[in-house]
Amino acid sequence: MRRIIAVLLENESGALSRVIGLFAQRGYNIETLTVAPTEDETLSRLTLTTSGDDNKTEQIVKHLNRLIEVVKVQDLCEADHVERELMLIKVRAEGADRAEVKRTVAIFRGQIIDVTTNAYTLQLTGTSEKLDAFLGAIGSGLVLEVVRSGVSGIGRGDKILSA
Amino acid sequence: MSEVLSGGDMLVRALQDEGVEYLFGYPGGAALHIYDAIFRQQKVEHILVRHEQAATHMADGYARATGKPGVVLVTSGPGATNAVTGIATAYMDSIPMVVISGQVPSDQIGTDAFQETDMLGVSRPVVKHSFLVRDCGEIAEVVKKAFHIATTGRPGPVVIDVPKDTTDPAVTAEYSYPDSVEMRSYKPAVRGNGRQLRKAVEKLLSSKRPMIYSGGGVVQGNGASRLTSIARRLGFPVTNTLMGLGGFPGDDPQFVGMLGMHGTYEANMGMHHADLILAIGARFDDRVTNNPAKFCPDATIVHIDADPASISKIISADIPIVGQVANVLTELDKMLETALENQPDALDKDAHKAWWERIEQWRAAHGLNHDMRPEAGKPILPQMVIQSLYRATGGDAIVTSDVGQHQMFAAQYYKFSQPRRWVNSGGLGTMGFGLPSAMGAQFAYPNETVACVTGEGSFMMNMQELSTCLQYGLPIKIVCLNNQALGMVKQWQDMQYGGRHSSSTYADSLPDFKTIAESFGHVGFRIDKAEDLEGAMRETFSAELKKRVVFLDVWVDSNEHVYPMSIKGGSMQDMYLNKITDSQAGDYM
Ligand SMILES: Cc1ncc(C[n+]2csc(CCOP(=O)(O)OP(=O)(O)O)c2C)c(N)n1
Ligand SMILES: [Mg+2]
Repeated sequence: MRRIIAVLLENESGALSRVIGLFAQRGYNIETLTVAPTEDETLSRLTLTTSGDDNKTEQIVKHLNRLIEVVKVQDLCEADHVERELMLIKVRAEGADRAEVKRTVAIFRGQIIDVTTNAYTLQLTGTSEKLDAFLGAIGSGLVLEVVRSGVSGIGRGDKILSA
Repeated sequence: MSEVLSGGDMLVRALQDEGVEYLFGYPGGAALHIYDAIFRQQKVEHILVRHEQAATHMADGYARATGKPGVVLVTSGPGATNAVTGIATAYMDSIPMVVISGQVPSDQIGTDAFQETDMLGVSRPVVKHSFLVRDCGEIAEVVKKAFHIATTGRPGPVVIDVPKDTTDPAVTAEYSYPDSVEMRSYKPAVRGNGRQLRKAVEKLLSSKRPMIYSGGGVVQGNGASRLTSIARRLGFPVTNTLMGLGGFPGDDPQFVGMLGMHGTYEANMGMHHADLILAIGARFDDRVTNNPAKFCPDATIVHIDADPASISKIISADIPIVGQVANVLTELDKMLETALENQPDALDKDAHKAWWERIEQWRAAHGLNHDMRPEAGKPILPQMVIQSLYRATGGDAIVTSDVGQHQMFAAQYYKFSQPRRWVNSGGLGTMGFGLPSAMGAQFAYPNETVACVTGEGSFMMNMQELSTCLQYGLPIKIVCLNNQALGMVKQWQDMQYGGRHSSSTYADSLPDFKTIAESFGHVGFRIDKAEDLEGAMRETFSAELKKRVVFLDVWVDSNEHVYPMSIKGGSMQDMYLNKITDSQAGDYM
């Protein structure tokens, strides 16, 4: 099962390498990873997606907690949450394809952020499934380059993850 | 009141302020400012080893014997990498240790400078935590944090990497040593959860076939006396892991011996048939559980541990309790006392009597024979040597061991009546650990008898430390079970590889250990006749030789195997008991 794990950690050099190292060392996979400082610049927030059953996720959470620089860990999938991913995508856009791509972008509420005579650069946000669906709709024939940010997530409602 | 000091002086002052007695180390370029600071003070004694690996094992032996953190100082590059095996050894057994490594100057980091190694990177998977000092002003705080982290929660090694410029005598800063540290990201649990404890009491009182399974966490977490009190109060059988020996008196009738791969028949049978297992400071290691899917099918599992990540990692716990072992056991003992006062016949005495009868039957059928006497003209069996050692030391020595068959024989036959008397590398299984760890223990307890049980293979991995023994007058008694082979490897090859001894024997090229000991300035004996064993052992531990290192090289039967041995893939009750049963052996792990 896919999991989204949110981690607050000390914004110090070396902290990230411990998190990555833990996953490598214990044989856990990382599918996506994003990290950046929070409103409190001494803290970084890291979101990673992985897959595994409840047992494995519990172990991952426990081992993350064991890292000295980790302040808080939460498996976002345990409660209601919102997840988003940003995708930048460059597609070939020539002749009739130009209009077709534009229509598809509109349906998916994406934006065209750069244009040349034969290519569009698009921006899309949403869940990972939505981004996958968009790629499916455009068709691999037109896709030139894809950059995805990896998943960011946050719990719904009043609950917050803080130090 | 603060003072102004250079980084090198600060580092040494911080160690003084932390109460460090010994610093085990080896100098080199990147550490020379620190070495100069050591020279200009008297409080912390630096012990010059002959190899950095030995420095870490010495610090480790000191820590295991005392409960205080062991401290190491090495230079950058090869000094640091040589220390890694000892750091990993301490990590696997949760031993508090602080390792200070010199590093190339900050502005050269990342340039492949002379003797530069990314020590934080190399050591990352085998440390509890690590620090890189950025400027001399932060040294006091880093040292304080390192000791705090190394010694609290589940203890472990912490590395402090110190670039040479941060210890430069020309650069000074204000020094004051903090009394305590506060870290928002590190707050280990101390007390167990009350509700879980009450549930545990209920399960303990209603059990019919209980077993207490205690590990290194009871020894390292100073919980032995509490465990003993609980066990006596309940009358339950107790088994210890390899790391937990001495956590409950080995000569007590309630003790059923070590459990696991080479555990006693009665301990492993008892575990398998138990309806309740109270696991304390133990981590359900694969060398204990055998096949986790077949582990103790009828048992409710209560698991007490300092590390939440150890709970339900291999075997899922019915009642998990996270907290410092000594604290949780104190609480549990009080609760049991009260419960038994209120309800004097809460325990099912009849069921326990029947359970003990079964255990005694197992013990009588296949228990270890603790009275194997050497017979003239017959080969010396390794078990006899440990029994002879036990007699000669009155069961009261600090015993360290290396890794192999001799280690298992020592664990099986030396009955440890107190914690911190058995020092061995359980988790990593590091050959070469025995002698240096014995030296660390001897530094801590100069008047105690410290014996190192070793094999000729393991001994040769760190025997250069005989020179350090002479320098510091450490009268270690080394008992070598010389089977002229990498015995444990050979045993597996006998059992699993049709007796093909691939690179596990070297009988024709062994040195004369007696002469080696003598050339290092010590006493050596070589014994190959059974009738000489008892006398030589007594002489080794005699008053005349009390101040000397003695190497007792005992040539034992090279064909002996360690039994019982668990059958791979089976449950805990599946064991080979002798060469006859293991001739039907399938495969091993
Ligand atoms: C550093 C290291 N290398 C290899 C091993 C694998 N190993 C485990 S036991 C053993 C043989 C040990 O030989 P010896 O010290 O003579 O002890 P014996 O088993 O003969 O009693 C070996 C090679 C190890 N545990 N540690
Ligand atoms: Mg040997």
